[in-house]
Amino acid sequence: MPSLLRFENVCVTFEGTVKALDRMSFDVQQGQTRVLLGAAGSGKSVLLKVAMGLVRPTSGRVFVFDQDITNMPEKQLFDVRSRIGMLFQESALFDSMTVAQNVAYPLLNQKAISIKREEMEPAVRNSLRFVELEHTLERYPSELSGGMRRRVAIARAIVTKPQLLYYDSPTAGLDPITAHTIMALLIKERDADKSTSLIVTHRYQDGNLIANFRYNPETGRLEPAGPEGTSTVYMVLKDGKLVFEGSQEELELTTDSYIDKFVRRPEPAEQGGREE
Amino acid sequence: MLDFLKSPIAAIQEFFELAWQAVRNIGRKPHYLDDILIQMDSIGVGSIPIVLLTGFFSGAVMALQMGRALAQYGQTGQTGKVVSIILVRELGPVLTSVMVAGRNSSGIASELGSMKVTEQIDAMRALGTDPLKKLVTPRLVATAIMLPCLTVIDDFVGMVGGWVIAKLVYGLPSLQYWTFTWRALEWNDVGQGLLKPFLYAFAVSLVGCYYGLKASGGTQGVGRATTQAVVAASVIIFVLNLFIGKIFVSQSAS
Repeated sequence: MPSLLRFENVCVTFEGTVKALDRMSFDVQQGQTRVLLGAAGSGKSVLLKVAMGLVRPTSGRVFVFDQDITNMPEKQLFDVRSRIGMLFQESALFDSMTVAQNVAYPLLNQKAISIKREEMEPAVRNSLRFVELEHTLERYPSELSGGMRRRVAIARAIVTKPQLLYYDSPTAGLDPITAHTIMALLIKERDADKSTSLIVTHRYQDGNLIANFRYNPETGRLEPAGPEGTSTVYMVLKDGKLVFEGSQEELELTTDSYIDKFVRRPEPAEQGGREE
Repeated sequence: MLDFLKSPIAAIQEFFELAWQAVRNIGRKPHYLDDILIQMDSIGVGSIPIVLLTGFFSGAVMALQMGRALAQYGQTGQTGKVVSIILVRELGPVLTSVMVAGRNSSGIASELGSMKVTEQIDAMRALGTDPLKKLVTPRLVATAIMLPCLTVIDDFVGMVGGWVIAKLVYGLPSLQYWTFTWRALEWNDVGQGLLKPFLYAFAVSLVGCYYGLKASGGTQGVGRATTQAVVAASVIIFVLNLFIGKIFVSQSAS
C-alpha cells in the first residue's frame, strides 16, 4: 500500500523551548484510519497542522503523497492541501458566509481544483446531503447548533473528494447523541469513499466505533464490521511523544498507566445504544 | 543584556514584513475586488457619520476659540483663513485618521483576531487562500482609498462648522468667511492634506491586521489585540504627523 503521510523524526518547538512534538515518526498507508489519542496539550492538533503544512517542523521531515512538504513554499503547498480535507477543532466555518458559500469555498479557491460553474451547486448540495443538512444552504453558521456546524465543516472538508482527511476532535464539546451522529458520518465517509484518515480525539469510544463498525448503505445504519474488521491503527501521544502505535487489541493489553486512562472497555448496554 | 529589546524589534520586523507582503500583493493575482468593495463600504461609508460629527464640532470650536483670539488684534475677519489652514493641513487628516483608527483598527483587529483564535485563518490556508491576500491587502487598499476621501469630507464639514460660529457668534458675513477660507489654501496645503491620510491609512489598516493576526489566547487575546491596535495606530498617526509636518514646513520655507 502506498504511503500517504509520513513523519520522520519530526520535532516542533514553540518560542524556543516548548516542545509540541518530539521526534515523531510514523507512516500512514492508503486506506488506513489512524486514531490519535492523547491528553489536552499532548500535541495532537499540532501534529495535524504539521501534516497539513500549516505549521513547519523545527527539525525532521514530513512527506505527504510522497512529496517532501517540510520546506515547501506556501504556493506549492496549496496544491498538496487541495488533496487533503480537514475538519478543525471548532469547525472554523467562516462567519461572514452562508453554509453554501462555506462549503463552496474550497471548490472556488483551490487552484488545483477546476470545476465548472454549473457543477458547483450540485457538488455543494451533494456534500450537504451527505451530512443531512441540505436544508441549511442559505443559513449562516451562527444560526446553527454546534453539532450542525461540525457537520457543515465535514461537508466542506469532503466536498473536494480528498484522498486524505484530518479530523481534529470531531466530537469535542458535543452531547453523546450528536457525537455519535458525527462519528457515524465519519464512518460513512470512510466506507463510501475508501478514504484515508487521521482522527484526533480524547474519547476512546470514538476510536472504538471507527475500528469496529461499518456503515450499511442499505439500512443507513452502523453495524459491526465483522471478523475482517477495519484498517484502524491507534496512536497515543504524551507530551509531544508517540508512546503507542498499534491495534485496538494491543492498546487494550497495554499496562502503561497513561495509555490505560484512554482505554475504556465499552459496556454491552452502551454499545447496543450506539448502534441505534 | 539587551534581551529586553528583542521582542519589540522582532515585532517591528514582523510588522514591516506584513506591510511589505500586503503592498506586494496589490499587484499579484488573485485580486479580491469584492472584498475591497465590502471593506470600502465598511471602513469608508460606515465612518461618514462619525466624520461628519467630529468634523463639524471641531471646526466650530476652532472658529470659536480663534475668533476670540483674533479679536484681540482686531482680525476676527481672518477666522475663516485660520480655520481652513489648520483643518486642511493638520486637524482634518489627524482627526479623521484617529477616528477611523478608533473605529476600524479595532474592528479589523477584533475581526481578524476572532478568526485567528477560532482557526478560521488556518482554515483559509487549508482551503486554498492566502490570508494576507484575502484579508490584509483588501483592507489596506480600501483604507488607502477611503481615508483621503473621508478627510476631504471632514475638512469641508469643519469649515461649515466654523462658518456657523463665525456667522452666529461673531456676525461675520458669509461671503467674507468663505472667501478667506478659499483663498487661504495653497496647493501645498491640499497636497499634504491628502498625502497624510493616505499614509495614515497604512497605520490604521496594517496595525489592525497585525494585532489581529497575532492574537492568541481566546476571547481575552482578541480584546487585548483590539486595545493594542487602537493605541498603536493612534500613536503612530501622531508621530508620523510630526515628521510629515516637518517635511512640508521645511519645503515651504525653502
